[in-house]
Amino acid sequence: MKLHEYQSKRLFAEHGVPIPPGDIAATSKKARRIAEELGGPVVVKSQVLVGGRGKAGGIRLAKTPDEAEAIADEILGLEIKGLPVRKVLVDKAADIRQEIYLGIVVDRAARRPVMMASSEGGVEIEEVARVNPEAIKKVAINPFLGLRDYQALALSKGIGLAKEHYRAFARIAHGLYEAFVACDASLAEINPLVVTGAGKLLAVDGKMVLDDSAFFRQTDLMDMRDVDEETPSEQEAREADLSYVQLDGDIGCMVNGAGLAMATMDIIKHFGGAPANFLDIGGGAKAEQVATALRIILDDPGIKAVLFNIFGGITRCDEVANGILAAFEEVEPTVPLVARLVGTNDAEGRAILEASDFRLITAETLADAAQKAVAAAKGQ
Amino acid sequence: MTILVDKNTRLLVQGITGREGEFHSRRMLAYGTNIVAGVTPGKGGQSACDGKVPVFDTAVEAVEATNPNVSIIYVPAYFTPDAVLEAADAGIPLVVCITEGIPVLDMIRVRAYLDQVGVRLVGPNCPGLLSPGETKVGIMPGHIATPGPVGVISRSGTLTYEVIYALTARGIGQSTCVGIGGDPIIGTTFMDALEMFENDPQTEQVVLIGEIGGTDEERAAQFIAERMTKPVVAFIAGRTAPPGKRMGHAGAIIQGGTGTAAEKIAAFEKVGVPVAEYPEQIPDLVAQN
Repeated sequence: MKLHEYQSKRLFAEHGVPIPPGDIAATSKKARRIAEELGGPVVVKSQVLVGGRGKAGGIRLAKTPDEAEAIADEILGLEIKGLPVRKVLVDKAADIRQEIYLGIVVDRAARRPVMMASSEGGVEIEEVARVNPEAIKKVAINPFLGLRDYQALALSKGIGLAKEHYRAFARIAHGLYEAFVACDASLAEINPLVVTGAGKLLAVDGKMVLDDSAFFRQTDLMDMRDVDEETPSEQEAREADLSYVQLDGDIGCMVNGAGLAMATMDIIKHFGGAPANFLDIGGGAKAEQVATALRIILDDPGIKAVLFNIFGGITRCDEVANGILAAFEEVEPTVPLVARLVGTNDAEGRAILEASDFRLITAETLADAAQKAVAAAKGQ
Repeated sequence: MTILVDKNTRLLVQGITGREGEFHSRRMLAYGTNIVAGVTPGKGGQSACDGKVPVFDTAVEAVEATNPNVSIIYVPAYFTPDAVLEAADAGIPLVVCITEGIPVLDMIRVRAYLDQVGVRLVGPNCPGLLSPGETKVGIMPGHIATPGPVGVISRSGTLTYEVIYALTARGIGQSTCVGIGGDPIIGTTFMDALEMFENDPQTEQVVLIGEIGGTDEERAAQFIAERMTKPVVAFIAGRTAPPGKRMGHAGAIIQGGTGTAAEKIAAFEKVGVPVAEYPEQIPDLVAQN
């Protein structure tokens, strides 16, 4: 789950990372009041869960409260990469002399949280990794020992930070790691971490991505979810505990198993079609699950066909077939359906589907099912 | 010969009295797996699976009484890290973890500890291990598999079953099927399993089923080029997956531009490993070797 800049910075601040004074506004009037309270120039920053806000005109300096109100008004009307700007963060503008990158990510190959620092702050870290990887200094953090002071020092030296900032940098590095662990993050980033004219370090931007698997112990953070980032179907699926990702094709997929669901999307494309979604209905394929999943898929008016691909291992295919038919009693299928059941009792399952009143096309192989779905979507 | 588990496996089931544990233990017993004990704190002294399996409160007591050499975990995510550590500390050298949804930072700690004490983990978030004709330690449907010379390693569940089913239908049997799981931090990687298959006399070829996310497949490709003599056939799921979205499995996500199916396919093709366009082509590629 992604957190907004303002949420990330507040969490960093709770762990001792200095952030600019500022507050959130959902209206331009509130933005003005914040600017008045802060005094002096402010930065008005769109709060949306995508990168490239600056380039899209979503981060702008305002010299006076009047300007802050006008700029907030413009930014609050924007859509950045398809996401509506509903809030802006109004921060006191910092006198920036140097920009640094500081971040922590879970490195899967190393099986460790890795802290990275670079003197190229303000640039996307992936860009630096591509163009100038030697500029990125890394330390792997031992999960039992935490971040060591000597590691923070190695990073400071590695990025050529001036000696007088070493202590402040170390405190920030420790704070960032504490926040990372306390919140069960998979990413925590300060980009840029700046050195100000007054010689202070300040986290001018912040980003965090949280581990969804840890939500059972992060209930406060769960409340911070921004549902704008999901499509309505994705939200409905999440609330129904279905694994679902919306794509932009016209052939809906319903599959049991994530790997098999991905393979199903792929084979549809291979045979010239366009998958509309990823959907893993998990084990069992009971009527209830199938009905909910079907409703979510059919909510998309662009759907032209639906492909069921169910492997019955422990779950028997005849049970699955009955589950699918029961689901159709609840949610009437409005487009051609291709059902491919394979595994235990698959012949029985296919027979049950073929004998039903619904317009169901059955297939034995995945290749056959994909081709039939592609043809059905084309109206053939 | 198989790898990791065989007819000499003596299995401990942690969480045996829970719904999943009970259901799958019955199926493992029916397959012929030698389940010697179960653990459910508070239910020590009882028996599970119609009196066939004694239940203990702790792994240590189960080990003292029945000497298991493998443990399988069917315990909810909240309790799983503790259960894995308990098995390791009780002296069990191989732990198979079916559970999905374990926080990544917990798995980083658990895996680091297991490395220190020399205990192997398979999973988490995996269907376990199946050595056809010998033993089943997990939830893979046994009746779709048959003994033979092909090792199978996969991050998936039902996609793996599809492939096993297709191989069996073609008359191509399997030595061991290893579900390494769909999480970002796992106990046994593709490389680890490939090495074991390379050293297993029964295995003549390996089928590797990967997906988007991480760089395990790329490292496997390098291992294959440098250290494997046996042929490998691959399939990678997720060619059509969009970046930045978690596709079901916690580890199935393209991040920062890395972990794409295209990169993984290229890595395998570069070292001469054929990559199937879709799962049903795998038996053809295996038969050609």
